[in-house]
Amino acid sequence: MTIPVTTAPAASRATARTPRPSRGAARGRTIAQRVGYPVASLVVGILAWQGLASYFGPALVSSPATTWSAAVELTRDGTLIESCLVSLRRIGLGWAAGILVGAPLGILMGRVKLVRTLLDPYIEFFRFIPPIAFVTVAIAWFGIGETSKIVLIFYTSVFIVTINTIAGVLGIEESKLRAAASLGASRRQTFVSVVLPATVPTIVTGARLALGNSFLTIVSAEIVAAQSGLGSLIWTSRNFGRIDWIFVGIIALGVLGFLCDRAIRFVASTALRHYGVRV
Amino acid sequence: MTIQSEVPMTATTAVPPARPAPALHLDGVGITFGDFTAVEGVDLDVRNGEFVCLLGPSGCGKSTLLSVMAGFVPPSDGVIEMEGHAIKGPCPELGVVFQSSDALFDWLTVSDNIAFGPRMRGVDKARRAEIVEEHLRLVGLAQHADKRPPQLSGGMRQRVQIARVLANEPEIVLMDEPFGALDAQTRTVMQVELDRIWRQRQSTVVFVTHDIDEAIVLADRVVVMTAGPSAGIKSTYQVDLPRPRDVDSPAFVELRHAIREDITAEVAKSLGLPTAGTTGTPEQEVRA
Ligand SMILES: Nc1ncnc2c1ncn2[C@@H]1O[C@H](COP(=O)(O)OP(=O)(O)OP(=O)(O)O)[C@@H](O)[C@H]1O
Ligand SMILES: [Mg+2]
Repeated sequence: MTIPVTTAPAASRATARTPRPSRGAARGRTIAQRVGYPVASLVVGILAWQGLASYFGPALVSSPATTWSAAVELTRDGTLIESCLVSLRRIGLGWAAGILVGAPLGILMGRVKLVRTLLDPYIEFFRFIPPIAFVTVAIAWFGIGETSKIVLIFYTSVFIVTINTIAGVLGIEESKLRAAASLGASRRQTFVSVVLPATVPTIVTGARLALGNSFLTIVSAEIVAAQSGLGSLIWTSRNFGRIDWIFVGIIALGVLGFLCDRAIRFVASTALRHYGVRV
Repeated sequence: MTIQSEVPMTATTAVPPARPAPALHLDGVGITFGDFTAVEGVDLDVRNGEFVCLLGPSGCGKSTLLSVMAGFVPPSDGVIEMEGHAIKGPCPELGVVFQSSDALFDWLTVSDNIAFGPRMRGVDKARRAEIVEEHLRLVGLAQHADKRPPQLSGGMRQRVQIARVLANEPEIVLMDEPFGALDAQTRTVMQVELDRIWRQRQSTVVFVTHDIDEAIVLADRVVVMTAGPSAGIKSTYQVDLPRPRDVDSPAFVELRHAIREDITAEVAKSLGLPTAGTTGTPEQEVRA
């Protein structure tokens, strides 16, 4: 088969199948690569951080040790866990809604030229307006409660999922669709049995990008109007002059984002592996 | 073998069908893209159970003609019928083997690819399993039933395509250079297999190729097209050699030579070169 240029997944599956030289050698290299390197990198990073902290002093940079004790303190009184859970919940709901709307919308736009022509200008318009521009109106429209934050996360997720899904639908090889039709599939059957599975990889890509956007957005949303969440924690810490707490909040965001992405990658590489999802 | 000119064939099309309708009937088929006429005035009848190879210079319109036969594109001009009924769109009676195995469903196993057509048509699960098993054996992929297309070699993938189409029991199988992407050895093996499968099934086949030997090995009739634009049928060769065919037999060599001269002239024309060597029409030239 000529490797289809439009579908990166095929190429990635090909690499995934590359045989390893031997079990022992593979294990040795795997441990070095998967544990050793990241740990070494982390150690270097912390040392550099410590260096910066010593250089700039505790008023500007909280040292690793101070940050650690701040983290312990915030964990003990429950603030850290609660902030994480609250932010995660908002991200989870908004992001999931973004996928649930964006993926079908993208498929519809990819399949029906008329819908694409009608909606494309809106997608192209809104996707350039960052959610932070809408924070104030969102609060005015949806109140200071959870809804406004979830809506903002939804907003930041939906376009990127839609655009990726459209690209996926348009990238389906004509021959696959023709094959389905000539094998007797109706339009609906082609949709369910060919278009949907063929689009899974780009939906996942869109979802991953959307998750990144969600983390960027949650802070702006929570900074402006929230009594809880990591954004709020960071903002409140500023008012208390606790730079170490700010550091804890920032690191918690990064760690959460990392873990969420790992979770998506895990699902993609297990449950969705056969759809050619590249992670 | 005999060489027929296209002209007498067109004359018969006006006669009302007294015999059973041909598997495929093309009458004055023309295909235009905007103001570009790719194919013009193609008359062709394919008998039930016949294996027809379409040969012609690159870009003359073989794929275009085949996609019209498959119902993917309506002809801009003329009539195209399957067993006496106009072809309105793709349908399971018209199976298509594509040049590229991109047409396979990469997320399905070999078995599920083969079962796709029957599943779409509502064949029950038990019967599907039988069909799959039979066709896996037919193309020699029983051991690879649970692999997915990206895990197969090029030749195996094309065998999956063939099995997938045959599992749907089409009246007519249309193949567009199905072995075009394969190396010479694999190609030869695949030709032998296809010849065997076809003799077993006796289905009607229209097979596009630009490989003269491939055409003579497989076909009951080789149809040579003229160079485009406005490509049509140049000549038709009846191949009456016993199967499986020996590419080194004198009759094979002679036919190969005749067809090659015929095509070389068209290729030269399509590339805008002077038609050196071949003058006159092949119908007059070749007499085997
Ligand atoms: N969608 C299209 N729009 C415009 N022109 C087209 C289109 N499809 C095919 N053509 C033209 O029609 C002619 C025939 O193309 P086609 O693909 O049928 O050739 P072919 O005989 O199959 O060639 P090859 O042996 O190289 O596959 C070419 O000149 C091509 O440029
Ligand atoms: Mg072609």
